[in-house]
Amino acid sequence: MSAGLDRRALVAALVARRGSALLLAGLGSPAWDLAAAGDHPQHVHLWGGMGGAFAMGLGLALARPDRRVVVLTGDGEALMGLASLATIAAQKVRNLALLVLDNGVYGETGGQPTATSAGVDLAGIAAAAGFPTTRRLENPEQVQATVDLLLEAPGPVLVQARVEHRPLPLVLPPEDAVTEKRRLRAALGVGEAGAR
Amino acid sequence: MSAVDWSEGAHRAIARAGIRLLAHVPDAGLSPLLARCGRDPAIRLVGLADEREGPALLAGAWLGGLPGLLACQSSGVGNLVNMLGLSAVGRFPLPILVTMRGEWGEQNPWQVPMGQAVPAVLAAMGVRLFSLERAEEAEAVLDGALGLAFGSEQMVAVLVRQRLLGAKRFRAARASVP
Repeated sequence: MSAGLDRRALVAALVARRGSALLLAGLGSPAWDLAAAGDHPQHVHLWGGMGGAFAMGLGLALARPDRRVVVLTGDGEALMGLASLATIAAQKVRNLALLVLDNGVYGETGGQPTATSAGVDLAGIAAAAGFPTTRRLENPEQVQATVDLLLEAPGPVLVQARVEHRPLPLVLPPEDAVTEKRRLRAALGVGEAGAR
Repeated sequence: MSAVDWSEGAHRAIARAGIRLLAHVPDAGLSPLLARCGRDPAIRLVGLADEREGPALLAGAWLGGLPGLLACQSSGVGNLVNMLGLSAVGRFPLPILVTMRGEWGEQNPWQVPMGQAVPAVLAAMGVRLFSLERAEEAEAVLDGALGLAFGSEQMVAVLVRQRLLGAKRFRAARASVP
């Protein structure tokens, strides 16, 4: 329907270069994209909590300054979580990057247009909030350089990637959030009695 | 209002529980605790633009091994309800400290609907409730609430009652309040 990048190829390129980075996918298509790239203990997939992925990424980035944290989410969720761009900018987290897979529609609910389809510039909003690194990604030849940016540029980073809107095979991630939580904490060496 | 400062005992319990992150939207009732925790080098204060960020932020922090607490006014409870689903499904420990408005001598009617609904709304989402009405009990109540939250991976809320905090004065009290 719309022109844009292949979202699965973009996410696969990120996963291929991930290294020790922690990847957190917001609900809907971004979670299916991350699942399609292969499951891993450093991956977290949300099935709900719309609007919370940016804040959850901030929490993880604050807890683990030794790790890069990349949040992948859609334009719909990003719009619901705009307040967190201010919160993140104020915290000046160097190790957090946000990748918005912007197809201009609410893909899980029937393809209704989002505000980005009317031209709302999420990268511009992030830049105005104080993110030191923001990009709009439209050219497939810039995918690798953008992946480098997500993994290495001084954060907070926001990349608004224009991706195509077309039906893709549904690849479901693990749906048990408790299991995902425990496996990531185990991978990070955090004990279950961490608070005490 | 009590001569004892409830925030002193609350901070002792927070420090003992190993809380390292205090996410908050400010409230006048919270200001003594925010100031006290802000002076504690072990605790990072994170100001939120919206209370709804709190459960998600604390879930992410917990994933990375950083225990946190969310503090907000009762009106903010309405803002975070759906995000409690994330904490519930992931069984993320989520302690919330709520300074209450709209209940004891409130002079701003706009605070009453949400303030009065707080216990029912939180209970409906599965949040375990504690009530703090006397400053002398702050440390014990926080100990119990934080112990439940982290020991059993629960969502808990401590409601700091307006009777303890005192009502914000907008106008001289009338001789006979209806």
